[in-house]
Amino acid sequence: MAQLAVNVVVLGAIYALVGAGYVIVYRVSRVLNLAHGELMMLGGYLLLTTATYLTLGLVGAVLFAAFLSIIVGVLVYGLLMRWMTGQAVLAAVLITIALGIFLRGFAVLAWSAQTQYPGKLLAVANAPIRISEGAVISTVSLVILLTSIVTYSALFAFLRFGRWGIRMRACGQNPLLAAQSGINLHVIYALAWAISTFTGSVAGILVSVETGISNVMALVGLKAFPGALVGGLDSLIGAVFGSLIVALAEVAAIQYVNPLLSDVMPFVILVVMLVIRPWGFFGTREELDRV
Amino acid sequence: MHLATNGRSQSRLVGAILLAALIGFAFVGTQFHLDLANQTFLAVIGSLSLMLLTGYAGQISLAHGGLLAAGAFTVGILYREINAPFWVTLPASALVGALLGIIFGFPSLRLRGVYLAVSTLALHFIVIYLGSEYETSAGYSSGVVIDPPSVLGYTIQAARTWYFILLSAATLSLWISYNLLRSKTGRAWRAIRANETVAEALGIEVSRYKLLAFVITSSMTAVAGALFGYYQGFVGSEAFSIFLAIQYAAMIIIGGMGSLTGAVLGAVFVTLLPYLIEYLLFLLPGAEDAANTLFAANYAAFGVVMIVFLIFEPGGLVNLCHRIVERFRSRNRVASDSQVAAT
Repeated sequence: MAQLAVNVVVLGAIYALVGAGYVIVYRVSRVLNLAHGELMMLGGYLLLTTATYLTLGLVGAVLFAAFLSIIVGVLVYGLLMRWMTGQAVLAAVLITIALGIFLRGFAVLAWSAQTQYPGKLLAVANAPIRISEGAVISTVSLVILLTSIVTYSALFAFLRFGRWGIRMRACGQNPLLAAQSGINLHVIYALAWAISTFTGSVAGILVSVETGISNVMALVGLKAFPGALVGGLDSLIGAVFGSLIVALAEVAAIQYVNPLLSDVMPFVILVVMLVIRPWGFFGTREELDRV
Repeated sequence: MHLATNGRSQSRLVGAILLAALIGFAFVGTQFHLDLANQTFLAVIGSLSLMLLTGYAGQISLAHGGLLAAGAFTVGILYREINAPFWVTLPASALVGALLGIIFGFPSLRLRGVYLAVSTLALHFIVIYLGSEYETSAGYSSGVVIDPPSVLGYTIQAARTWYFILLSAATLSLWISYNLLRSKTGRAWRAIRANETVAEALGIEVSRYKLLAFVITSSMTAVAGALFGYYQGFVGSEAFSIFLAIQYAAMIIIGGMGSLTGAVLGAVFVTLLPYLIEYLLFLLPGAEDAANTLFAANYAAFGVVMIVFLIFEPGGLVNLCHRIVERFRSRNRVASDSQVAAT
C-alpha cells in the first residue's frame, strides 16, 4: 500500500511536470500543443547527445541539455507557431501535430529506434531509498518529485509577481488589449514556448535517466495531457491536482484490473471529465466559449 | 467566362474521361500499381468522410484511425466468432460505426475546437485498446486473419477484382457525399460551420445535425475500415496507430478544406507520398541502411509536408491548382489583349 502511494506520487509528479507545459502555452496563447510529448522526448535525446559528446559530468550535462531545450522552444515558436498567431484553432493544433510527427521521425533518424540509456553514460547510481516499511523510492524519482515542486513554486511566483509573468497573464486574458498597452505579443508567446519546452524537456531528461529513452517517451508526454485538462487547462494548480488523479487511476488500474490499461486509463478519465465538467476542476468556465 | 457557363457539362465530361481512364487502368496496370490504386480508393472513402465532418460540418476529429479500426475489427470478430459472410459484416460495421458516431459526437454537443479534438483523440485510444484487448483475450496476439470473401462461389482475391470493387465504393462515396452536401443536411452543416449561433437562430437544430454528421461519417469510415480488413486479409491493432488519424487529417489539409475534389486529391497525395519517399531514398547512397528507417523518414517527411501546406498553402492542392490555372489564364488574357491592341 505504501509502495503504491509512492508510485502514485512519483507518476503524478512526472505528469505534473510535463503538464505544466500544456498549461503555460494554452493559458498564454490558447494553443493546444499536441507536440509536447515529442518535445519532452527531444529533451531526453538532447541529454543523450550531450552525455555522448561532451564531458560535463552529470549536473553539467543535465543543465546544458535543459539550456538547449530553451533554444528549441524559441525556435518552435519563431519558425512555426508565429505563423499561426490569429489563425483558426484547428490550424494551430494541426501544426503542432505535424511538428510532433516530424520529431518522431527525426528522432529515429538521428538517434535510432532502440532504447538508449543516458543514465548509464553518465554513471548514475540511482540507488533506492527506503522511506518507510516496505516502500522505496529511487534517487532519480526523488529528484523528479523535488524538481516538480521547485518548478511549480517558481512558476507560481513568476506568474504572480514577476514583471514578465504579469505580462504573460495579460496576454492570455486579452491579447488585443495587451498589445495595445505596449506588450510585444511575439516576445511573450516565444517566452511561453520557451518555458513550456524547458519544463517538458526537464521532465524528459530526468525520466530518460531513470528509464532510458526511446520513441515511447512521446506517449508518456501525451498521457500527461489528461492531467492538465482534468485540473483545468488554464490552471497551474489544477494541473498538479489533475495529474495526481490520473496517476492514481493509472496505478490502480495496473495493480487491480489489467496492466494493459495503463496506456488508456488517462484517456478514459479525460473523456469522463469532458462529459461531466469540460473546463476541469480549477479551470474557468468561460474557457469553453473562447476556443 | 465561356468556361464558367459550361462548367457543369464540362465537369461531367472530365468525370467521364477520368472514369474511362480508371477502368482502362485496371487492364494495363501491374499488380503493384493496382495495389497502390486500391489503397488510394480506400483512402478516398475515409478522406471524403473526414472532409464532410471537418471540412463542411466544422467538427474536428482525430478519431479516424479508431473508426477504421472499429470497422475492420467488426469484420474480424464476426468472421472469427460466427463465420459471418461479408453481407452480414459490412452492414454490421456500418452499424458499429454509426453507434460510435453517436458516442464520438456526444461531446461535440458541448465542446468546440481544441476540446473536441482531444475528446476524439481520447476515444481513438480507447477503441484501439478494446481492439487489442480482443486480440490478446481471443489468442490472436499478432492480429486476426480474415479469409477473402466470396460471392456465389467466386472468391474475391485478385487485385483487379478488388480494383473494381474499391473503385465502385469510392465513386459511390463521392456520389453520396456530393448529394448529401446539396441536401438540407449539407446546407445545415455548412451553416453550423459558418456560425453556430446564427444557424440555431435560423431554426437549424444544431445538435441534431452535428450528431448526424458524426453518425454518417463514422459509418462511412467504418465501412472503409471493413473493406480495408477484407482487402488486407488481416486485422491488427498495430495498423491503426495515431499516425493513421494524422494521415487522414493531412489528406484534407493537403487536399484543401471544404472541397470534395480536395479530399480526393489529398487521399491520392498522402497514399502515394511514402512510395515517392522510398523511391527518392533509394536513389541516395547507402540505401540499405535506409530501409530500416524508412518509416522514420516517412514520419519526418509527412510532418514537413503538412507544415509547408499549413503555413504556405492553407487552401491545399485545390487552391494551388486554381491559382496556377488563374495565372495561365490571366497571362493568356494579357497576351490576347496586347494582340488586339497591336491590330
